[in-house]
Amino acid sequence: MTTTENPTDAPVKEIGRDRRRKEDRRLITGRTQWTDNKALTGLLHIAIVRSPFAHATIKGIDTSAAKQLPGIVAVYTAADIGADQVQLPCAWPVTKDMRSPQRPALAGSRVNFAGEGVAVVVARSAAIAKDAAELVEVDYDELEPVLDMEEALKDGATLVHPDLGTNSNAQWVFDSGEAGSGGNATEAISKAESDDDQIVVRRRFRQQRLVPVFMEPRSTVVDPTGEQLVMWSSTQVPHILKTMLALTLGLPEHKLRVIAPDVGGGFGGKIAVAPEEVVTLLVSQKLGKPVKWTETRSESLLTAHHGRDQIQDLTMSVTKDGTITGLDVKLLADMGAYLGLVGPGVPILGAFMFNAIYKIPAYRFDCTNVFTTKTLTDAYRGAGRPEATFGIERLMDEAALELGMEPMEFRKKNWIKHDEFPFTTVSTLTYDTGNYEAATDQAMQMFDYDGLRKEQAERRKRGDVKQLGIGISTFTEMCGLAPSRVLGSLDYGAGGWETAAIRMLPTGKVEVVVGVSPHGQGHETAFSQIVADQLGVGFDDVEILHGDTQSSYRGLDTYGSRSLAVGGIAVVKAAEKVIEKAKPIAAHMLEASEGDLEFAAGKFSVKGTDKGVGIQDIALAVFAAHDYPEGIEPDIDAHATFDPENFSFPHGTHLCAVEVDTETGFVSMYKYVCVDDVGNVINPLIVEGQVHGGLAQGIAQALYEEAAYDDQGTLLSGTLVDYTLPSAADLISFDTANTTTASTTNPLGVKGVGEAGTIASTPAVVNSVLDAIRHLGVKDIDMPTTPYRVWSAIQNSSGTSGRADEANVASPGAGLGSTARDMPEGGNL
Amino acid sequence: MIPAQFDYVRPTTVEEALQALRDGGDDAKLLAGGQSLLPVLRLRMADPSLIIDLGGIPELRGVREDGNEVVVGAMTSHHDVTRDDILRQHVALIQEATKTVADPQVRHRGTLGGALAHADPAGDLAAPALALEAKFVIAGANGTRTVAAADFFEDYFATAIGEGELLTEIRFPKYTGWGARYEKFNRVAQAWSIVAVAATIKVDGGTISDARIGLTNMAGTPVRATAVESALVGQSATEDNVRKAAQAAAEGTSPTADADAGTDYREHLARVLTGRAVLAAAG
Amino acid sequence: MARIRTTVDGLVYEDDVEPRMLLVQYLRERLGKTGTVIGCDTSNCGACTVHLDGMSVKSCSVLAVQANGAEVLTIEGLERDGQLHPVQQAFHDNHALQCGYCTPGMIMQSIDLLGDNPDPTEHEVREGIEGNLCRCTGYQNIVRAVQDAATKMKPGAAPTAEAGAKQTVAGGGA
Repeated sequence: MTTTENPTDAPVKEIGRDRRRKEDRRLITGRTQWTDNKALTGLLHIAIVRSPFAHATIKGIDTSAAKQLPGIVAVYTAADIGADQVQLPCAWPVTKDMRSPQRPALAGSRVNFAGEGVAVVVARSAAIAKDAAELVEVDYDELEPVLDMEEALKDGATLVHPDLGTNSNAQWVFDSGEAGSGGNATEAISKAESDDDQIVVRRRFRQQRLVPVFMEPRSTVVDPTGEQLVMWSSTQVPHILKTMLALTLGLPEHKLRVIAPDVGGGFGGKIAVAPEEVVTLLVSQKLGKPVKWTETRSESLLTAHHGRDQIQDLTMSVTKDGTITGLDVKLLADMGAYLGLVGPGVPILGAFMFNAIYKIPAYRFDCTNVFTTKTLTDAYRGAGRPEATFGIERLMDEAALELGMEPMEFRKKNWIKHDEFPFTTVSTLTYDTGNYEAATDQAMQMFDYDGLRKEQAERRKRGDVKQLGIGISTFTEMCGLAPSRVLGSLDYGAGGWETAAIRMLPTGKVEVVVGVSPHGQGHETAFSQIVADQLGVGFDDVEILHGDTQSSYRGLDTYGSRSLAVGGIAVVKAAEKVIEKAKPIAAHMLEASEGDLEFAAGKFSVKGTDKGVGIQDIALAVFAAHDYPEGIEPDIDAHATFDPENFSFPHGTHLCAVEVDTETGFVSMYKYVCVDDVGNVINPLIVEGQVHGGLAQGIAQALYEEAAYDDQGTLLSGTLVDYTLPSAADLISFDTANTTTASTTNPLGVKGVGEAGTIASTPAVVNSVLDAIRHLGVKDIDMPTTPYRVWSAIQNSSGTSGRADEANVASPGAGLGSTARDMPEGGNL
Repeated sequence: MIPAQFDYVRPTTVEEALQALRDGGDDAKLLAGGQSLLPVLRLRMADPSLIIDLGGIPELRGVREDGNEVVVGAMTSHHDVTRDDILRQHVALIQEATKTVADPQVRHRGTLGGALAHADPAGDLAAPALALEAKFVIAGANGTRTVAAADFFEDYFATAIGEGELLTEIRFPKYTGWGARYEKFNRVAQAWSIVAVAATIKVDGGTISDARIGLTNMAGTPVRATAVESALVGQSATEDNVRKAAQAAAEGTSPTADADAGTDYREHLARVLTGRAVLAAAG
Repeated sequence: MARIRTTVDGLVYEDDVEPRMLLVQYLRERLGKTGTVIGCDTSNCGACTVHLDGMSVKSCSVLAVQANGAEVLTIEGLERDGQLHPVQQAFHDNHALQCGYCTPGMIMQSIDLLGDNPDPTEHEVREGIEGNLCRCTGYQNIVRAVQDAATKMKPGAAPTAEAGAKQTVAGGGA
């Protein structure tokens, strides 16, 4: 070979390359470190005894039979290990007068949701623990369940927590008139009522309850035998968990070490200080032995926190020529029985996103968080922003319909134009960059919007059984959580900064310690690309260390599409410091003055000469430390903390076409196109993958998933048989693309991509379902738009359908949901 | 995720299996492919004291012709059913329905006899077996007896298989040259049938000369859509004729209401899907 | 307790197991084959998929005693002399995994699928892996990977479960 691909010898830039992931090798060969894989000498296993009732007082617990079983080490009630006295933390008191119930690790005298733990069994094996858990006899006195948010707020309602005197957790209000960021929405809407040139559109939408369903069930192992108590846990937030455990349990923080080894997905569901983590720790402390807890999938569906669950009452005033004049948002958000780590703040994040990409002159947001006797809700992919995006994008379609405008034209008329950035919104955020026109134009073209509209008209004319529907969602989101000062103004209990440290090893290899904690995102690959470019070292020379509070002692973990937009910038800052620290040493080695040096492609060079020294050689030089300048330390390692000044604002245009079988109500995906602007892209492969997965979850909210309860407060969707996730056979291939406007608030120009697909897709799908069958008299369908609901909406004179119309029982045909009853005992093949 | 404790035996002949059933008494449970039983055990919805694994009895496996019948051993896997040439030629409907059962992994282990004996009302093989007028050969202490499909399915998860008995084979009459379609309707690919329709149709010169139709999940047991069958016979296989006949599909059914479907919706689906199944089978 | 003898990833193991022990628990807890994972308790997720005598099964739906005398191939037995199986390689090349928890089951099922149907259409791939759930990828790159592997495996490559047993490993009786 005499030619090379890179004849100029210029290094290939890593940023922007579709690098295959470093993480993959272990994962595709089964060489993994899931928490449940952990085996320690003398390891004990626990099983948690859980309440079958949604609301009950505990009259007594008889553990005697369970204790008799060979292999049982101990059976503890809450009081035995002090679990009833624990106050699991909520880090986000959204208002000064927020009402917080005590959330114990195990219930002492009263259970407030079906699945709440009441006792724990410790055994030599998981099998024996399970056997014994079934022998624990708990005597309950059932109380009235509290299930309906509106009923729960009425006078005389049964109280989930009588000591709070109300089922209202908090009311959080934003009024642009009061904030000075816009007019008074109440006035704007009331003026519109009596204005012949305006219409007022009112809608109620329901965000159903969802379950994150990370594929790896949660697991925790605690080893108390060393000087530090070590917890391995399947968590997104090892750092927060460590600090919170210290604060909650009064443990010295320096005696704790938390490790998140391989973590199999989270989607917000593993942002928690889980009662089971605390119970595992308490048991291990009590017995002085390592202890493991691993949940089953049905235990996970029942007790790991749920997401969404809102009633949205939305009012928009708009002039007849299609200019929005006011928006009023009233939310009820179901907290469930207790407050999760950030649960009360999740709906509040939506306050900043209901105005979305539109110029809305007057805006009011009023959210009441409500306690019910259900599993608590907390972050689930998008957290507050999907709810807001769904609300506004559904409402935009409804308003366009009432105005008789094409839905995309109505959006265009109201959105922020590309030359209006930076733009400060009515909810006070400043969007740095964006170009909604560019993303929309490209999406419309890829989708063949006009062609599909034509096909739709033809099918309608023919009266086809399968009608075509087209749905739009033009969205933005706030990513990169978060500027610490903003979090402070929202009464959040921590900052939003992120940390990275770079260790330059003697052999020239580079260890990068990050505070974000990946569980599928590909940080090891993307951050290696960033470091390779920053330091001019090889992609393979970089190792990303994370998820262990011993190596990564400072961090705020992974959620809210923050890992790149905040954590990635910390990496850049640390690399800049490495170069800064290396510079005087380079100057010394090159016998030049610092001012004559330039750094490029991993090398300090003396300007105008061919003299130079590589940063990896400098690492070796400071390791030997035989010869370095006076007055500096022989060390080029660096540590940086980055606190963003602003959120980032990815946006995009999502277009969905569905086929609706008008005879059966079945909805099938037909075509999906999205063009997302996520700022500069570090690794297009990873970005595309994040979008695909996000879309699948957002589509699943629209069509498939719901955590439903019966009227006793029992979770009907308690297994994966009943909580219907889409498989590959239910979805289609998506057409995705990117437009790019670089973010101006960080040096990489990145915006974040983790949640975009989920946030944008749900309203696009529901809008398309309704678009397909509106001509049959259909007005609205609650999510998920199941075949039964779609068919019912076509049949019902109201043109609507939802859960209220349905029998509140699990399907008898759901196999495992039904086998409990009338199972033949023996005899059958 | 961990079943309660049980004892386990693996007989090698039907006789041994029957003896084990007698010895095990009320608490013994037969394990066929285990694809319904193991989940039930994992969730501790049942806790038998003895599991009798039929996996070691070669005589219970395989497909053979016997005169005018095709005989399928109860332990023949779904996978084998879907690939069998004899069934393809003579009993296409059971093959079509079997292809829709669960997923490939489950079809590798699950068995025809196991699924039929489990008698889940949402299971996909009972309705075709009923429509095909299969006969169930049941072995017991006093030898074997044969039960017609119409008498085999008694209720939710209940069949004519008695205490101390086991299903050994399923005998299908030959439907050589009949078209077949199993029209399954579920929420997601993994979900059980909300309603499904099994239809096998004989068409001679464009006219339907015979029809067999069974409905899944329209009652505690599979239901035969006899009114539709009679309405179809003698008709030309046009969309109009078929849809008209299919209007009688919900007659004699008693579907339940649940979160996936009300009774009226199930009845409606039975009519729509019957029309589609018949048209496809007649096509 | 029942005595079982199985060949797993080419090694012969003998162990006493409780009849109630599931094959997946045997693999993980007794043999340390933690590459195979548990994702649900209702047979929906397929994360525990392995090959049993050359056919894909959900190892949560097979008792360890039922594997007596059988050959089991797990994700850990696919690599040959440091060479990834073409399906493993295709998952890497096509970014068909994110958190990786469903990946062992997905790969094992995909290999089975390609053994049956060496040149599947997109639809056939989607149907072929319908018993495996993934929450990260939206399946699109998994489908791509399987089709990519199909191209690279031509002509005819079936699962090679039956690598000869080399050694017998007697397990602890406990």
